[in-house]
Amino acid sequence: MAEEFEPKIVAFLCKWCSSAGSDLAGVSRMEYPYNVVPITVMCSGSISPLYILSAFSRGADGVLVSGCHPGDCHYIKGNFYARRRIALINKLLDFIGLEPQRFQMSWVSAAEGTKYTEIIKDFVKELKPLGPQTKLGRDL
Amino acid sequence: MKRTGVFICHCGINIAGTVDVKKVAKELSNHTGVVHSEEYIYMCSDPGQNLIIEAIKENQLDSVVVACCSPTLHETTFRNTVKSAGINPFQCEIANIREQCSWVHKDMEKATEKAIKLTKSAVERVHRNESLDPISIPVTRRALVVGGGIAGIQSALDLANSGYEVILVERSPSIGGHMIQLSETFPTLDCSQCILTPKMVEVSKHPKIKLLTYSEIQDISGYVGNFKVKILKKPTYVDPDKCTLCDECTKVCPVVVPNEFDLGLTGRRAVYMPFPQAIPATYTLDIKSCPGLLPIACGKCADVCEPEAIDYDMKPEIVEEEVGAIIVATGFDLYDKELMAEYGHGKYADVLDGLQFERLCSASGPTTGKILRPSDHKEPKEVVFIQCVGSRDPELHCAYCSKICCMYTAKHAMLYKHHVPDGQAYIFYIDIRSGGKGYEEFVQRAVEEDGALYLRGKVSKIFEDKGKIKVWGVDTLSGKDIEIDADMVVLATAMRPSEGAEELAKKLKIALDKDGFLSEAHPKLRPVESVTPGMFLAGAAQAPKDIPEAVAQASGAAAKAIAILSQERLFHAPTVAKVNVNLCTGCGMCVHVCPYDSLSLKDGKAEVNEVLCEGCGTCSATCLRAAIEVKNLTPLQVNEMIGASLGG
Repeated sequence: MAEEFEPKIVAFLCKWCSSAGSDLAGVSRMEYPYNVVPITVMCSGSISPLYILSAFSRGADGVLVSGCHPGDCHYIKGNFYARRRIALINKLLDFIGLEPQRFQMSWVSAAEGTKYTEIIKDFVKELKPLGPQTKLGRDL
Repeated sequence: MKRTGVFICHCGINIAGTVDVKKVAKELSNHTGVVHSEEYIYMCSDPGQNLIIEAIKENQLDSVVVACCSPTLHETTFRNTVKSAGINPFQCEIANIREQCSWVHKDMEKATEKAIKLTKSAVERVHRNESLDPISIPVTRRALVVGGGIAGIQSALDLANSGYEVILVERSPSIGGHMIQLSETFPTLDCSQCILTPKMVEVSKHPKIKLLTYSEIQDISGYVGNFKVKILKKPTYVDPDKCTLCDECTKVCPVVVPNEFDLGLTGRRAVYMPFPQAIPATYTLDIKSCPGLLPIACGKCADVCEPEAIDYDMKPEIVEEEVGAIIVATGFDLYDKELMAEYGHGKYADVLDGLQFERLCSASGPTTGKILRPSDHKEPKEVVFIQCVGSRDPELHCAYCSKICCMYTAKHAMLYKHHVPDGQAYIFYIDIRSGGKGYEEFVQRAVEEDGALYLRGKVSKIFEDKGKIKVWGVDTLSGKDIEIDADMVVLATAMRPSEGAEELAKKLKIALDKDGFLSEAHPKLRPVESVTPGMFLAGAAQAPKDIPEAVAQASGAAAKAIAILSQERLFHAPTVAKVNVNLCTGCGMCVHVCPYDSLSLKDGKAEVNEVLCEGCGTCSATCLRAAIEVKNLTPLQVNEMIGASLGG
């Protein structure tokens, strides 16, 4: 039997909430799938659509963007910009024909290690049946 | 090409137990640009740091990646380590292979694979890092305190007594805030005015404090260490230097309006002194209630004023000040009685709010300390106190607990009993929250010594009937319906952020929480700071709190402000936005999205004020032409990090 497909996921986490939340998951020794490689950025508002397209074109099977909860942004309102931008990116990816499940946005606070763990688990579970992403990706 | 050194920490078995650190070191040694790679049991230990220093010197490294715990823990440690070896601290990056890898995985092979990706990602980042120096800013060593209640007074005194000049701005004619309206304070029954007035006098006499009453903040610009403030000083139409406090003007003033200090229980004239101990001790002519500032309209006060202190030609004045730190202590208001119509507040004269009851108990109040019904001036024999009026009611009113009501209601019941020994106090409550030094004992004293009857339940209806106020409720402990023919009802109404706080917060760029209180930077670890550097919070403006808490926070805010004012220069992280003027078309989208107003257009190009920029990067993601990026986390760097994260 062929080995189970393991999706490759890039997660863009804002430094102050989501990255801190993922640190808390670590401190609390919660276990989650290893498929996600996080990149910590200062703010979810700094995540350019190009980052997401770049990740897909470099072979990511899924991309996660996670920021502070709306209203709790360390930089006052960056996550509101992120939210609007993500809505547009969703439309673009839909237009390209990428499965909508491959791109997710979540709000994870510094206190939500459990939530971060659950999000990763669910994301990996959702991506597995989709198989490798080939619309934008190239074989690496 | 850079010469990068990679250092992998075992963290005992915290990392090495799940990640094959030797394999990571070996794999990284083959990575482009990495000239040195090794692992060690504890990189943060002294020998570990020395090992990094030695390797830098031996291999002429110009950049370093440490793969270890979260950068929130040891980034500063390792940046200082590389600095001591002669490398710019911004040439050191951390790969988090503990919290984000070894602690959340069990399979060694897969965890090792991920640790390699994380470390390579950090290497790709550091390869394109610039050497940066912290941005240095001079400090204006003076402070502004907004709000002259107990919190503002305490902050101003602490700052002034530490040797810093303070501008204390209060919008009403006198400082003192709500505390000066109180009769006695829990849990000691100290007379509120007796303990506050010495502080008020100290403020007025302090050589370091410039007091601006009847004044409002009009505009604030600048940044930490260098704020510019415009203060609108409203005309009082009375020259305090000439006024002899003879009180002749109030005797002839034909206007009577509700007295704010007594919450409408008494009247005052259009020209008035808020209360006898007001600071500054002078009269104010309230333009809103005065028939007109013309001798033809009235002019009686000016006619009788022998020292000619009344000046109808006084104009509003704009005072400009420069300060290095700002403390906001704008306090609270009580929940609007019009929103609490179900309790008859505003409809029945003998339904009062907590502050009005304070005035009734106060020796300086409308009844000189006798508790009498406002309607017929008779002594009330049965008084119903209702807690949580507007608080803890997420459906209709405020979701939060106003925190002080349990305690002041116990105090009210006690004071009432001391004034009317044959009276009975009933208290409707949901829970009793008496956390605080001596607080629980105080509530017990109200029950045991003063016979306050606590009824656990809510009131369903209040209505007037034959000179009594009928209170219908339920005691949920006995399950019985309660019906009381009360002579007076006192409502412990919710605390709200003071009127105008929202507008001020916008000017200061301080965030508000969902209830409109000022938001602190971190609910646990930074409770007196706002998210804006150099601006601090004190007192009930941040959340409902009692006097000791407000005073403690005010002193805390002053200490935080002093931490800035005591320095000649401040340093700011240099990882800020940078504009590529060749690509910038001057569209201004970045200017629009910047949360800190750090961007502006100059000669048709975006320009960064590095002191204001916090490096969030929202501008970078917004720019359509990739003309702006944040130093050391540029789109190019992120792109390379994406590649490394995907194992490419």
